Amino acid sequence: MHEAFVSLRAEAIRKWEERQQSTIPRILVGSATCGCATGALDVITAIEQKLQETGIKAHIQQVGCIGMCYAEVLVDIIKPGRPRISYKNMTPETVAELLEDYLLNDNPRPDLALAVIGEGEVEGIPNLADEPVFKSQQRIVLKNCGHIDPESIEDYMAQDGYMGLVKALQMQPQEIVDIVTKSELRGRGGAGFPAGRKWNSCLRAAGDQKYVICNADEGDPGAFMDRSVQEGDPHALIEGMTIAGYAIGASKGYIYVRAEYPLAVVRLKKAIEQAKEKNLLGENILGSGFSFDLEIFQGAGAFVCGESTALVMSIEGKRGMPRPLPRPRTTEAGLWNKPTLLNNVKTFAYVPQIIHKGADWFTSTGTEGCRGTAVFALTGKIKRSGLIEVPMGIELGKIIHEIGGGVLNDRKFKAVQTGGPSGGCLPESKLNLPVDFDTLVEAGSMMGSGGMVVLDETTCMVDVARYFLQFTLEESCGQCVPCRLGTLQMLEILNEICAGKGREGDIELLVELGKSIIASSICGLGKSAPNPVLSTINYFRDEYEAHIKDRACPALVCKDLIKYSIDVEKCSGCGLCRKNCPTEAITGGKKEPHVIDQVKCTKCGICYDVCPDRFRAVACFTGKEKAAV
Amino acid sequence: MDERVKNILASFRGHRSEIIPILQAVQHEFGYLPEQEMKEIAKFLRVPESQVYGVATFYAQFYFTPRGKHEIKVCLGTACHVRGANKILDALERELGICCGETTSDALFSLEKVACVGSCALAPVVMIDDNVYGRLETKKVKEVLGKYA
Repeated sequence: MHEAFVSLRAEAIRKWEERQQSTIPRILVGSATCGCATGALDVITAIEQKLQETGIKAHIQQVGCIGMCYAEVLVDIIKPGRPRISYKNMTPETVAELLEDYLLNDNPRPDLALAVIGEGEVEGIPNLADEPVFKSQQRIVLKNCGHIDPESIEDYMAQDGYMGLVKALQMQPQEIVDIVTKSELRGRGGAGFPAGRKWNSCLRAAGDQKYVICNADEGDPGAFMDRSVQEGDPHALIEGMTIAGYAIGASKGYIYVRAEYPLAVVRLKKAIEQAKEKNLLGENILGSGFSFDLEIFQGAGAFVCGESTALVMSIEGKRGMPRPLPRPRTTEAGLWNKPTLLNNVKTFAYVPQIIHKGADWFTSTGTEGCRGTAVFALTGKIKRSGLIEVPMGIELGKIIHEIGGGVLNDRKFKAVQTGGPSGGCLPESKLNLPVDFDTLVEAGSMMGSGGMVVLDETTCMVDVARYFLQFTLEESCGQCVPCRLGTLQMLEILNEICAGKGREGDIELLVELGKSIIASSICGLGKSAPNPVLSTINYFRDEYEAHIKDRACPALVCKDLIKYSIDVEKCSGCGLCRKNCPTEAITGGKKEPHVIDQVKCTKCGICYDVCPDRFRAVACFTGKEKAAV
Repeated sequence: MDERVKNILASFRGHRSEIIPILQAVQHEFGYLPEQEMKEIAKFLRVPESQVYGVATFYAQFYFTPRGKHEIKVCLGTACHVRGANKILDALERELGICCGETTSDALFSLEKVACVGSCALAPVVMIDDNVYGRLETKKVKEVLGKYA
């Protein structure tokens, strides 16, 4: 191994170990975007204040996202000689209380704790590894997220970081490509194209200049896996891309990051600087003669740029329009018409470990045909939303009921949406399916890059389909007619259905239009745009029919099909609804039953929300029957 | 030429592939893309103005009219949509007295919707400048706006 690297690594490990043996308590605060959104920074201020007040000595450290967003703000405390305890839903008040109880008086407060992380036992606090939320998870890409300081290259190196790169630099490029091929790694961007094949074709492509591009333009609404990797473990991505550069013979790489991810950009920039400083990136890496430079390119807000040829156009400074077929492969003529290797964030992030631990290590997880793990952003109407990593082939239902803890507020499960605007909705009867690229496509959805949104009985499937179509229509680049105008036609039909003006034959027309758009669009965006509509028609046709034939929205979502009214028997005349109504549609005297003026009512539902539970006087109706109160 | 544009352009080589980063830098400085500056960019890159506009109008990030001091982005991603993002948007519109896509008359706030800010687990989410507010409820909207008034 390279001498300079050996001493860098030894130093990093020494510092890491020293910190583990620290004689003062360590406090880790999850402060990725999700942590900050729930107030992590206020919690840190409160911790600092409390420490100063009490004179307790402790080391505060910010870490990335461990994926349990439902429990944010997460604060972990490691007291010398004690296991790491993770505390959930911290606020400035509770964290102050906790510090006093645990650090001063040695009461670990099991009531505030989420779990013990790692080895050791604390009475009354379960171990995270035994908890339903974690038991079935297996962390490869997310292994460092929430454990290391993402802004410290030494933390990363202490976790075997850059070992893959050092090993790769001692191999021939073809050997590296062969390991990636043998690992059966499939691209994590959504389609699951074998990474080894792509790498091989790029290695073989003739050209004096080649490029590596990371597609970090995570645009699917309902997905944030790539953001978490960039924010929580940026060096894994950098190392993976550098290995790829060496393997295919590229000297320049681009990370195309979404405009909406400011923190990811900050973390990546810092990581690139650090890697250059340590000679793990830049000129003549570790004296190997191989040079590789990385540049961050910030997207400017166009979903279609997630499509590889559109992304390339965007880096070239053009409108991000996909290139029509027939076209050369990106691996042969991509950026500036040079051979270009383009992979997703997670695909690159797997690479360092695959090279370091070998292809067989990777194939030991997952299923035949789909090796390794899948990362999902589990969100929507689910109790434990967050970021999860599971072995390929896990049962879909297990993710929702065991890891996710079931549907929010114990409502009835209706569907799970995967694959974003290109995917579909799967009903309860499909929850026994194993999760992998091919099975989900067969069932009419797709894995996509990893968004998994749970829908319950209060979600209208027609509205969801309309939502996605509206999205793809707005994001269509507009160059081909089926995508630009076909989706508009479909959207207009759906708008009519949701407005209670649906006609017999609308469903058939939607299916026909959808199929033609899939057949005739030029890029993946158009070819997949009708999927949410087709899959909901396939599995939830009765809901479409209820809208069309009964003029009813069973989920009570479509405003034109519902009506709020107040039950005179139940109304006590407290006036809460009247005070909160934004359109002054509610009238009624003190202690007298109130009435809603249906002409003024905009169906915002605020009266329904504010009516105290003990009265429950506001009811929502649809169609001919009274629906749930 | 405005001193600010001069400084921005000086940090670029003048290659036409730099068009998006230049537009981003100018917008970051001015808050939007003023007409005069668009002309300067075209001149600097030696391309027709139409080409600069062609690129700028393709991407949702760029604006051609002045924005409010604080930019409010209501996330309408899938998770936010099913957890009531539209109600939050309605409440913001009512509270600010403007429609989505507009700027308040005191130029304090601009309101717009975005597809997803990637904080889905905290839905519904609103982003004000670079701050993300998660698990919002209609009744909390006023309080959040108060921090910026």
